[in-house]
Amino acid sequence: MEAREQEFLDYVQSGGLVETDDWMPDEYRKRLIKFIEMHGNSELMGVLPERDWILRAPTLQRKLALTAKIQDEVGHCQLIYRVVEDLGKPRSACLDDLIAGKSKFHNVFHYPTKSWGDVGVIAWLVDAAAIISQKALLKCSYAPYARVMKKVCWEESFHILHGRDTVLAMVTGTAEQFELVQEALLRWWEPLMHFHGTPIPAAEDPMVIWRIKSQGNEEARQQFLDGYVPQILELGLEIPDPKLRKNEDGVWEYTEPDWDELVSVVTGHGPASQERLDFRRLSRAETDWVSKVILAEAA
Amino acid sequence: MIWEVFRQERKGQPFVHGGSFHAPDKEFADAYAREFYARRQESVALWVVPRDAIHAIEEFPDEFDLKYRRVDGYSIKARLKEARARAGTAQRADAETDALSPSERG
Repeated sequence: MEAREQEFLDYVQSGGLVETDDWMPDEYRKRLIKFIEMHGNSELMGVLPERDWILRAPTLQRKLALTAKIQDEVGHCQLIYRVVEDLGKPRSACLDDLIAGKSKFHNVFHYPTKSWGDVGVIAWLVDAAAIISQKALLKCSYAPYARVMKKVCWEESFHILHGRDTVLAMVTGTAEQFELVQEALLRWWEPLMHFHGTPIPAAEDPMVIWRIKSQGNEEARQQFLDGYVPQILELGLEIPDPKLRKNEDGVWEYTEPDWDELVSVVTGHGPASQERLDFRRLSRAETDWVSKVILAEAA
Repeated sequence: MIWEVFRQERKGQPFVHGGSFHAPDKEFADAYAREFYARRQESVALWVVPRDAIHAIEEFPDEFDLKYRRVDGYSIKARLKEARARAGTAQRADAETDALSPSERG
């Protein structure tokens, strides 16, 4: 590592913040682009499973809340892609790579939704897992990203509440409604355990070393389990992991998730990966004329 | 075309940079700014500025070390001590800085 790069590393490790126009090592820039782009992709792909439920929402109020959440997520995508653009990769290139399957998006958005129970579980628990990662990003060494995260976290807290309220309405409803939530939880548990990634030690995680992320994967997962397992169990729901328990030292023990499945899913081999990408391709083609018209008028 | 947004959370507060977005013209910029930065009443006012119109200044050299116009340019401790000694008020001044007032100490 050359001296200038070492100096930069020391700077970020000691809490230094980096702005768009500051000099930064190529590796730092590349890692930022890859990570932030994946985050932006996830916001955009994450609305597809929810979009499927707009027309099937059980009440008008739920329909409006779901639509508002979807608007938020797409807004996050635009904010986050702006950060990537200022680092050197244009938004159109992000979209091209996404639909070509060259870049990734979060594992949880590669799975299908089967009932309104999934919508509740996604908004409550997937967003809860996401907000843990996003809150840690408020301390990211790349300041423009950290600033965007403030707005994202603020809006996510509404999503969690909307999800929890949806789940509460169902578990206090008919036996059949309760069962829809329980089934959804069974489906989503493993993807939720995958969500924060393999338990690579923080000290060896390049993302932590560059202080792009401020917490290790396992630390985030432990925080999720600690915060949400009690909230799930108190509703009388069952978590599909017989090994799950909190040890005396405060650490959660759980069945090792199938990490090969995580790799397979995020590389486009999940049960809904291709269908979602196809839809994204279709919608890009269908809305192409809009951007052409807008840009032509501006010219 | 990129636009930068500065938002004011409450009346009387400073405008703080919120983020940026693409918009082809002022009308779209107006609509996007409202949607992105104020749809939940989280702002009372927005400044929407084309990025190109912003003149950024980032280097502030201080070759002549002009400390005399900053508070860290003045260390009055030693001088104050000397002045108090000269006026014979050193003891009283010390007592005043104590936690207890003379009457409380009896």
